Order: sequence, then C-alpha cells, then structure tokens
Amino acid sequence: MADTVQSWISVPDTAAPPVKKKGFQKFVRRRSTIAFLMCAPLIAVVVGLVIYPAFYSIYLSMLNKAQTRFIGLGNFTWLMSRDVFWMVVWQSAIFALSAVFFKALIGLITAHLINNLPDKGQRKWRGMLLVPWVIPLALSTLGWWWMFDPTHSAFNWLLKGLGFNEIAWLSQPYWARFSVILVNVWYGAPFFLIMYLAALKSVPDQLYEAAAIDGANAWQKFVHITLPMMRNIMAITILFSLIVTFANFDIVQIMTAGGPRNTTHVFATYSFLTGIRSGDLPLGSAVSLFMLPILAISAIFILRGVRKRGREIG
Amino acid sequence: MSHRTTRRTVLKSTAAVAAVTLASPYVRGAYAAGTITMGCWDHWVPGANNALTKICNEWGEKNKVEIKIDYITSQGEKDKLTAAAEAQAGTGHDIMSHRDWNIRTHQRVLEPLNDVVDSMIKKYGPISPVAEYLAKNKGTWYGIPTTVGSQVKPCQTRFDLFKEHAGIDVQAMFPSDESKWDKATTDKWTWDAFLDAAQKLHKAGFPVGLPMGQTSDAVDWVGAFFNSMGVVFVDDKDNIKVNSDETRKALEYMKKLMAVNPPEVYAWDDAGNNRWMISGKGSSIMNPPSSWAVAKRDNPSVAEKIWHHPMPKGPKGRFVGQLPQFYGVWSFSKNKTAAKDLLLHISQKEQVAQLVEASFGYDLPSFKSMYDLPTWKTVGPPVGVSYGYPPRGDEQTSVFGAPARAEVGAQMYNQAINTVMVSKFTQGNEKLDDVIKWAEKELEGTLRA
Repeated sequence: MADTVQSWISVPDTAAPPVKKKGFQKFVRRRSTIAFLMCAPLIAVVVGLVIYPAFYSIYLSMLNKAQTRFIGLGNFTWLMSRDVFWMVVWQSAIFALSAVFFKALIGLITAHLINNLPDKGQRKWRGMLLVPWVIPLALSTLGWWWMFDPTHSAFNWLLKGLGFNEIAWLSQPYWARFSVILVNVWYGAPFFLIMYLAALKSVPDQLYEAAAIDGANAWQKFVHITLPMMRNIMAITILFSLIVTFANFDIVQIMTAGGPRNTTHVFATYSFLTGIRSGDLPLGSAVSLFMLPILAISAIFILRGVRKRGREIG
Repeated sequence: MSHRTTRRTVLKSTAAVAAVTLASPYVRGAYAAGTITMGCWDHWVPGANNALTKICNEWGEKNKVEIKIDYITSQGEKDKLTAAAEAQAGTGHDIMSHRDWNIRTHQRVLEPLNDVVDSMIKKYGPISPVAEYLAKNKGTWYGIPTTVGSQVKPCQTRFDLFKEHAGIDVQAMFPSDESKWDKATTDKWTWDAFLDAAQKLHKAGFPVGLPMGQTSDAVDWVGAFFNSMGVVFVDDKDNIKVNSDETRKALEYMKKLMAVNPPEVYAWDDAGNNRWMISGKGSSIMNPPSSWAVAKRDNPSVAEKIWHHPMPKGPKGRFVGQLPQFYGVWSFSKNKTAAKDLLLHISQKEQVAQLVEASFGYDLPSFKSMYDLPTWKTVGPPVGVSYGYPPRGDEQTSVFGAPARAEVGAQMYNQAINTVMVSKFTQGNEKLDDVIKWAEKELEGTLRA
C-alpha cells in the first residue's frame, strides 16, 4: 500500500517536463483567437457593407452638392426649412406606426388562432400564412399595384360589379396612403405571426392550468399570463419591424413613387428622389440619416424595457 | 539527353523575350487599339439595341477596337444608379449614356467633348437648344446628344374621334408633308381649341388623357404648356418669377382642362397615358410614338387611327417638351480618343438613319437638318403617322427648368414642381395664391443648388 502511494506520488517527478509551446502557436490555439478567426469573414462583411457605408454616408451628408466643399450641417438645416421634408417626416411616422400597429395586432390574433388549432392542422395554416412574407417584395408589390392600377384596377372592377362607386386608390392622397400601408401590413404581418406563435409555444401549460384552477377566464389568462410572458418577444419584434418599416422603399416606390403631390413619400423614397434622381447625393444621404436618431431613440427605449423585464424575471 | 543551361543561352532567351515585349504594341492584332466599354440605355423597342451594337461593332472592326456594350435599363432608374456609382468610384465604362439632367449632375467627372460636338454642328447645322442647355456649361460640351432614346412629346391624337366629336381634322391640318401645312390653319390649333375639343370628347366618352403625376411625361407636357403661356418659374439670374399673371391664367386654364381628364391621371406613371390610348378609351395624349408602336402590336384598330402632330399654340408660341439623351466620356476613361472617334461615327447622318429606322421613328436626333429622314414619312399604319413627331413648322422644343441655371432647373424638374403645383390647385382645390406661395418657397429651395 505504502509502495503504491509512494509510486503514485512520485509520478510527477518521473514524468517528462511539459514542452513549452512557442508564442505564436499558443496564440493561434487560444479559444478567443479561433473564435475571432472564425468570425473574421462576418466582421469583414459588416465593416465593408455596414460600418464603412454608414460612416461614408455621414461624411457625404456634410458635403455640398458637387462634393467639393465641407458644409457641416448645412444639408440638415436646409432640409429642416423645407415644408416637403416635414411632410415626409410626418408621412414616414404615419406609415411606420400605423403599419406596425396593424401588423402586431393581426399577428397577435392569427398567432392565437393558429395556436388553438389542433397540432395536425397547424402546419398547413402556418405555411399558408407565411406566403406573403416569403414572396419577393418587389414582385408582390407589383401584383398589388396591378390590383390598384389607376385605370384598370381589379378592385374597382369588383366594386363596380357590386354596384359601388370606383375608388381612386392611388390618385387620392388618403387612399394612396391607405393602399401603401395595406400592402406593408399584408407583407409584414406573417413575421409577427411567426414570432408570436413561437412565444406562445414557450409559455408553460402549468401556468394556464394553475390559473384555471383559480377560476381565471380566457381574457384574464391572456392579460395576466400570455401578455407578460410574451412582452419581450413583442418588444423586440416591434422594434425590428419599426426599423424595417421606417426604412421601407420598395412598396412606396413601386405603388406611388411618392405621389400624388408628394403625399406618400417616406424617408427612403425621398432620399432616392433627392440623391439619385436629382443628383444631389449629399442631400440624399442627409435625408436618409434623419431616420437614425428616430430609430436610435426608439431602440434605446424598447431595449431598456426588455433588459428591465429580463432582470425582473432573472 | 542532358540540356545544359549556359550563361550565353540565358542571355539569348532574355534578349528574345525583351524584343517581343517591346515590339508587341506595334503588331496590329485583332484589337490592337484596345477596348471601349459602353454603358448604354436599354431601348424598349425590340431590335433597336441590335442596330446600335451593329454600328459600333462595324466601327470597332475597322479601327481594331474591341467594343463591349452593357445595355442598362432605365426601369427603376438603374442607368442613373450605375452612372452615380461609376462617378463616385472613379471607374467604370468608358462611354456612358445619360438621360435628361445627368450630364450636368456628373459634369465634374466628364471629359469635354467640344471637338466632337463642334464638328457635328459645323456639318449638320444648329443643334437643339434643349440639348445645348442640358449638356453645355460655360462654353464646354460635356455630353453629345444621342439619337437613341432622345424624344419629344407632341400630340398623339385619335384623328377619327377628333373629327367625329370635335370637328377637327388633324390629318388635314398637319399632313405628312410640311410644305402643305397652311399657317392660317395651323395657327387655329391653340390651347383654347384643344380645351374645347377636350370638353366635347369628354362628353362623348373619350376623354383626353394628360398625366399629372411626377414623372417625365407629366412634367414635360406641363412644362411646354407653361412655356407657351409665358410662365417663367426662375429666370437665368436666379430671380423667382412664378408669381405672375401668366401663372394665374395658366392655372385657371388647367382647372378647366383637368376637369375633363380621367381622375386617375394624378397617379399615372409614364406608362399610364400609353395604356389609356392603347385601350381605345382615350382620344389624345402627349407622347412619343411608343404608344402607337405598342398599339400596332396589341390593338391594331386603334393604332391605325393615331396621328402625331404639333402641340397647341399659346400666347407665347408653340412648344413641345423635349428630353434628349447624351453620351458622356468619363474623365477616368482609359480610351478617350477612341471613344470620341466612336461617338463621332455614331452621330453621323448615315448611322442616325439606321437608328431611327430600327426604333420605328421613336429615336430623335438633335439636329433639325436630320428631320428629313424617310422613316417618319413612311412608317405606318396609317402611313405618315409619325411625320409630325419631330418638331416642325413653328414648334419649338422646351424643357421644364429652363431658363434657370441647369443646377436649379434639375431640382425643379426632378421634384416636378410644375405638376405638383397644378395638382394642388386642380385636385387638392387649394387656393390659387396659396399654391403660388408654395411654389415660390419650393423654388427658393432649389436656388440652394
């Protein structure tokens, strides 16, 4: 026994001294180095296609039209003195807020409906309802445009057939705004549906069972269990959608190109008009950068709420 | 067998390689004079691109220059996006085609082309003032007006409907031979006569279709109308002149005219009026012969009753909206001399004739001396349908934005200040003074350019 113990203890003494790895090899084999190397292509893409263009855009927005002179915030102050620009700000807000509200509402209702379907039928409905979201947006918007076509609108054909008056879908400012918001809601609601459905699936059944024992009705279960459990997912989904909707270009450009009378322009289409069509890239950059503070402020508030709730749950 | 490399053999081989390398530029190979890359507007007429490719390749073969052409669509402004990207990056095609105001937008990176344009003016006479306004700055030409894609937007009329419902025979007024045009008769073709006809045709169920959106078809015809009424938005010395009696009269006229247009004209893009005409519902639009060409394919019974002729006359004259295209040579082009030679070749009357023929008369050169090409007289049905398409008689070309500085004009044109103004008054029912005030403020903004 004593021998055994002695030999066991003596192992370190008899073992070969560890080989000291060279510095570079050690550096390469470090977990953090490997992680960095594996992320490097992604970092390169983000730097090249996101960070560099973003900073270049900021730089561009501070130049004169010919890009020969630094004018500081001249483009921004000029924009702020224009009525059309404030109309664009107002319209972008109406477009994004109303579209996100309806997308969230429709997403929530359909997610609940699908969640309450038997498992067997759910997959089909999920697939069908996701179709608007997976069709390329430019293509589906073109389809919508044909239905709203100023002269040969399919909807007007239907309305006429039913004995109603035709509607000037794209030539009357209010109807044109309605039309572009409608298409955005149609396209974006499935994203909310899928996110909310995932959130609903993650709510433990035991909570509902406990509530049922306590005599809670469906509404009380929704308000006191479902909503609190979904709040973080809802907040992140709304934030993500708000960013995408604020920056939307395709729908407005294809359907109305900002008309009639500039009444449907959003930041992206107005930026295209001033930057590319009118050949004033610095001004176009300044228009698009106006979105930044609006989205940054909403992101700060929403993410702060998410973190706060995360800490409460934790 | 062993092969021994000696110092002598190494020296010999090196000398031989050096001799071949130094002598190679002087060996006349298939493309000894290099390559020219072109970014050209993608023509909507099937086969029209082939005519340009053929002309360029023939020149290339003769001059030992390889020609590479990329046809870039103007759908979604892809051609403008490409030009903006190339100007920004300082690299790209040698020759790029530019629409409307793009020459002035990119002039700081465009090669002066006075030698080419001056030689053409010497040979073919005066050039379109609109082309000059858009491509010449302080005596320097930065673009050469192309035949391909250049257009005017005169009246395109259903002569049968005008004759039946308005009692106007446009074929008799503007026959396909200018020498037979009678001044006393053509002088009666005024905006008042047009309004009277439009009201009668509206009543008959065949309204005229005049776009009032913010795209070029709308901006061009409204610009020409305002010119003929003597309305000046901004003069060449940056003075805002829109608050005038002429503007008030023009807007009051528009109120009456737009009331007899279909309500959807405010949402039309550049294809809206074409569809209106082709459908057979419309009696008149202001457009190049593109809608006639499509009607010829899709609705021949409509096509054979169409006639192109000059615009109505106003108190200050008869104006038609012109939208020329240009070729520009980038200052960073690698083959400037060859590029200029090629452009000079494309611009000769023989080549222009081929291009006009391939586009069924849609493409319009910027030299009046070329309006005698046979295509416009022979194309049909009806034969001579496009004879009145090129500006003839007392019709003058115009572009909305002129006579303001081109930088200012570009803003006015692209923001469609003229059509928005009309829409506010006629569709939005805003007060006349408020509309003029709005326009003044917008124009003030354009002066920043």
